[in-house]
Parts: sequence; C-alpha cells; structure tokens
Amino acid sequence: MTSIRLVKDDLRPPGPPPKRHLLSVEDLSRDDVERLLGTAKSFESSLERHVKKLPTLKGLLVVNLFYESSTRTSSSFELAAKRLSADTLNIKSSGSSVDKGESLKDTALTLGAYDPDVIVIRHPQIGAPQLVARVTDAHVVNAGDGKHQHPTQALLDLYTLREEFGRLEGLHVAIVGDVLHSRVARSLLQAFRLVGIHTTLVGPPALLPRDLPAETTSDIEAIRDADVVYVLRMQQERMQAGANYVPSLREYTARWGITPERLRPGQKVMHPGPMNRGVEIDPRVADGGDSLVTTEVRSGLVVRMAVLYDVLTGGPVGVRALAAAEVA
Amino acid sequence: MLWQRDADKASLVIRGARVLDPTEGVDAVLDVTVEDGVITALEPGTADRDGLLLAPAFVDPHVHLRTPGREDEETIASGTQAAAAGGYCAILAMPNTDPVVDSAATLGALLETARREAEIAVGFLAAITKGQRGEELTEMGELADTGAVAFSDDGMPVASAGMLRRALQYASITERLLALHCEEPTLSKGGHVHEGAVAAELGFTGYPSVAESLDVERNLALAAYEGQPLHVQHLSAAESVAALRRARDAGLRASGEVTPHHLVLTDEAVRSLDPNVKMNPPLRAESDRLALLEALRDGTIEAVATDHAPHAAHEKDVPFEEAPFGVTGLETAFAALYTHLVLPGLLPLETLLERLSAGPARIFGLERPRIAVGAPANLVLLDLAEEWRVGDEPFRSRSRNSWLLGETLIGTATLTLAGGALAFERAGVAA
Repeated sequence: MTSIRLVKDDLRPPGPPPKRHLLSVEDLSRDDVERLLGTAKSFESSLERHVKKLPTLKGLLVVNLFYESSTRTSSSFELAAKRLSADTLNIKSSGSSVDKGESLKDTALTLGAYDPDVIVIRHPQIGAPQLVARVTDAHVVNAGDGKHQHPTQALLDLYTLREEFGRLEGLHVAIVGDVLHSRVARSLLQAFRLVGIHTTLVGPPALLPRDLPAETTSDIEAIRDADVVYVLRMQQERMQAGANYVPSLREYTARWGITPERLRPGQKVMHPGPMNRGVEIDPRVADGGDSLVTTEVRSGLVVRMAVLYDVLTGGPVGVRALAAAEVA
Repeated sequence: MLWQRDADKASLVIRGARVLDPTEGVDAVLDVTVEDGVITALEPGTADRDGLLLAPAFVDPHVHLRTPGREDEETIASGTQAAAAGGYCAILAMPNTDPVVDSAATLGALLETARREAEIAVGFLAAITKGQRGEELTEMGELADTGAVAFSDDGMPVASAGMLRRALQYASITERLLALHCEEPTLSKGGHVHEGAVAAELGFTGYPSVAESLDVERNLALAAYEGQPLHVQHLSAAESVAALRRARDAGLRASGEVTPHHLVLTDEAVRSLDPNVKMNPPLRAESDRLALLEALRDGTIEAVATDHAPHAAHEKDVPFEEAPFGVTGLETAFAALYTHLVLPGLLPLETLLERLSAGPARIFGLERPRIAVGAPANLVLLDLAEEWRVGDEPFRSRSRNSWLLGETLIGTATLTLAGGALAFERAGVAA
C-alpha cells in the first residue's frame, strides 16, 4: 500500500517488482508523502554545506524530456540531478526529432536505448508519462502532463506549507482562478485531501470543472477564511479561441484578481508560476511579505532531489526506517 | 441492396442444438437441414450438449470498413470475415471513407469490390452531404438507384438545421432512411471524454451529454415537422433515450441503436488512459448506461450496432488526446453482451438475439434472417459454454483496437451461414 507505485495495468506474469515511478499524486499514500518530505528536509540541510554536491546518484543517468516550455521545473530537475551527482541529458521538443514528426513512443524508445535510470517528462498531453513508462525500462517522473497532473509541484507546495506553518493537517487553502486548465490544481486537490488540508476552489463558473469532488464557488469572498490563497495562472495557451470562459482578462482581474485589499493581514499567498502580474495577482501581493512564491521555488529543488532519490532507491535518507518504503 | 461474393451454397444438417428464433416463435431442440443454402427441414432432435444454440445470424447496421482510402486498417474482405466470425450475416458500412461515398461512381466501385470480396452480405450507406461537409446535398436519387441502403454523414453531425430539413425532404423520394450521428459541435468541441467527475479529475476537456441530446431533440423535431422517418445512431446519453422514447410515443417513425461498449462500460474506464476506450460519442455515466440498457430491453432502442471502427496500431499507441476516436467490435459484440448482460440476468437472451438481428433488419428494410422452412440460411451456431480471451487468437479484422483486449468472455460463434453460404467455421467444429 505504500511506496510510489504505478503502471497498474501491468498484465505481465509476476516477474521483477514493478518499476517505481511518480506519475500521479493519486498513486501516493500518506506514508509516501511523509517519506518524501522527510527526505527533502534532509537534503535541505546538506545544501547549507559549503560543498553542496552529494555523491548519491553518481554514475546514474537522468534524462529531462520537455515537450512544453518550462523554467522552474526543468531547471530544478536538472539542478537536483546534478546536486546528486547524476549525469543529465536535457531534451527539448523544439530542435529535436519531434520537429520532424517523431511520435512520443519512438522518442521514448530512442532515449530508452541509452538505458537512462530516470526519465523526467513534461508533455502537453494527458497520460504521456504513462506511455513512456510502458515502453521504456526507466523510472519515469511526471513533470506535468497536459491538464492532468503535476505531482512534484504538489509535493513542493506541501513542503512549503509545512515549512511555513509547521503542520499540514487542518490548514485551509483557497485555490483561486483557472482550475479547469490547471494540472497544478488537480494534483494539489488530491495531495491536500491526502494530508487533511481543507480546500476551497474559487473562480469563474466556466473555469470550475463540473463534478470535481471539492467545495467550489465563484464568490471571491470565500478566500476570507483561508490560511493560504493559492493563485493559479490564467492559462491562455490552453484556452480554445472564442471559448469565452470569461468576457475579458480585465473583467477577470476586477472580479477574481488577488489584490492587497482582498487579503487579510498575514494571509499567505502562493503561486506556481509563471505569474501574469496584474492579471491574476497584483504585483504588490506577488512581492509582498506574505508571498511564499520564492520559497516554493527553493522547495522545488530539494523536493525534486528527494523524488529522484526515492524512485531510484525506494528508501528514505536516514529519516525513517527503510521498511516504510517497502511495497505492501 | 446487399452484396456478397458468389460462393457455393451450403448443404448440411445442424443437429442437437437449441434452436431459438424469438421473432418466429421457435425455441426447441431441432435438427436443421440446409440444402443448397435454403432451410428445408426443421425436425425434433435430441440435445447434443449444453450450450449449443442456433439463432438467426446477426445484422450490424453500423460498421466502418475503411475502404476506400485506409485499406491498411480494414478491407471489405477482412471486415466481412471479421463480421462472419462474430456471427453476422449482414452489415452496413458507413460512407466516411477517403474519398467519401458521395457519388454514384465511388459507390459503384465499392459494390463491384463487394461482389468479389464480401464474405457476408454488405450494404453501403451514402453521404447526406457532399464530402460530409454539411453544405450541399448529395445526388440522393442517383445514389439510391445505384444501391445505397440509406444515407448518413456519420462521424459528423449535419450541423445546420436548414440542411437537415432539406435532406429529410429530398430523401423521402428515395424511400431511404437518414441515419444521424447526433452531436452539437459547439458543445462537444475539443472534448475527448464525457463531461463528469472522471474528466474533471483527469483534466480532459469534457464532451457533455447535452451535446448529443440537444441534437437528438432537434433532429426528431425536424423529422416530426416533415413527417419523415429518422434513425439516430450510437446513442450514449439518458436524455437522448428519453427524447427518442417521447418521439416514438408520439407516433414518429424514429429508431435508435446502441453499441456494446456503451452498454457495458462507463467513463470510469477512461481512468486507464487507454486509447482503446476512446470513441465518439464517449463512454458516459452509470445512469446513462442503465438508461440505454432499459431502452434496449423495452424496445425503444431496436438495434445493437457495433460502430466497428478499426484504427492502425501506431495511431492508437499515442497519448489519449492524440488518439483517434473508435474501437473495433464485430468479433466481440455477442460475447461481450452475453457475458456482461445476459449471464448476470440484466437482459433476456431472446431480447439480445432480436436486437442483434431482426431489430436492425426491420429498421433498414432488410430481409430478416429467420429460421423457417424455405428461408435462406442466415444462421449462427453459438457455443455458450466456450470461454475465451480476447486477442489470444488473431483478429480477422486488420486492426486490433478492441476495448476488450485481454478480457475473458463467454460465448462464441462457431459456425456462420450467410446468404446460404458457409461464411465462417471455427476450427474443430463438426456440424
């Protein structure tokens, strides 16, 4: 029941235990989350040393395969692998054979031929990491697949919240904005449920998906009671032309933009980046003392180190007994 | 209107099976004699072993044979062989090929091929609008004269109400039915998965049920206004079923069909992210599935249609959103419904056999396969005791995008007679 388990539909007869992947928050147990956050914490203390590099993953190969633009996620995965002494290979869709029409399966098979230990993949389509996990022998880490999942973002946000509040259970987070197009929101919702964080989703009616199992409202006043306001980016690149989710960005900002006036003193603000300043978040909020945005970026590095370590070793670094990591 | 290659007519005796033709009122253990492709005697027999059932062979009103244009995915030969293996004696092919079947020349070429290659009887629908673009009517008169069974823009809705009205008016002179794919494109645009909890959690753009039911309602209203019959294809939503039931109660000559996958699966299956559960219309909620089942039971929906849609392996071996819509079904339809609906007691066997054969034949004005002396032999011998795993034996279809790959099913066709000829015989069967 514990451990990062995936490829559920593996129909092959019993053989070696399934590879450890991180494809979706749904596959994590509470114990997995605790183990990963604990590992990240121990890596954080190692980064305070003068020599920041650890020999842990020396000789292993981490491939970063990015089909969508990314600054934070790709740089932190690369740095995380380097801090752990792994070799890294970074491939972006533009300038690669993807431009020539190569399918994801063929690209995965090609990279798989180098025997990478981990493939970190970001892709605009739901389920792309599952496909890579199926056709290669590498451990696969989902760095964002379409509107589906972004599990390392959810983990780094849990890490950030625990650093800030010293606890997770019982916190109340309001997630505000374009929930419909947000993989971050989907991963957060599952992660928050797992650790006992109360969540309210706030946004324009057409940007709140129907039948999502959560408390939803279009009334921005609902952020009042939250400990943290988690602001989502308006994802214009994922919106179909002419879909009219909102009449205009101006109208969106007027109704749902997070301004100092809408916040209580001391209410914390998070944002997964990149921010559209002046649209979903007022610059005064983004740069204000209650913003946790740069903490999130720092958390991203240690959490991704922990994820790489965890999928490869299946165990914690000195914070918990190894048994906790065993597959039930 | 149906075409089949010339083949020797069969002469054989099928002994010891339970013979069940619900429409003819036959249900007894009989020895059935077929001479030169015609049933010549039905005589009392003794049961050979449990599970052997002889029934009228099946009729599928909705198949994609991919010819012309994608013969790598299916041909008339492979598609009709797959159908024969599934127990079918007749199928109707949709016109959304490349090129679209929208001219007498294209249709004529298909009929020629069918006369050479078709293992069982095959009929062709022609498009309602040229290129299925929804802008200009096809020459329905000439197409009907050439041999079109009915008209459909399947794969696409006839988006314009005005265009559909003209089609209803003009089709009346051909005495051919319009078969409609119902979808309001401004509501389904970009949608891959039923709009509900599963799409919300996985992040898929939703394809709401109202996108179908709104178009069903509109089309039925137009048919009622014009006083013309109408057939609605592959229904998926409870609201669509309710609309069809209301129209029929009001006296409209409206009919509907449902696929095995919409009767067995719900959108929960999409959690696997397997492109072999991606089809249009999408799998919907459990309440929709139950409404479809109820409509099939009470006769509101008269036909099971596979919507057999073969796709090349490399086109389905991609992330879900990138994959084309459609799954195969000819070789698994009976077994899937027998296993998942009849055996658990959700649907009487007699009803299933009727909806797989007499129902679709009646809708499209085809000769009904029947078990009676003097009738051409359109028969399927089913083994209801046989357990098999889908995909273990190679498919006769050129494609293997089945939603049942790896599943164990109960019941299989062991012998199919189509138009009096032996169209399929499972190895090792001695009839």
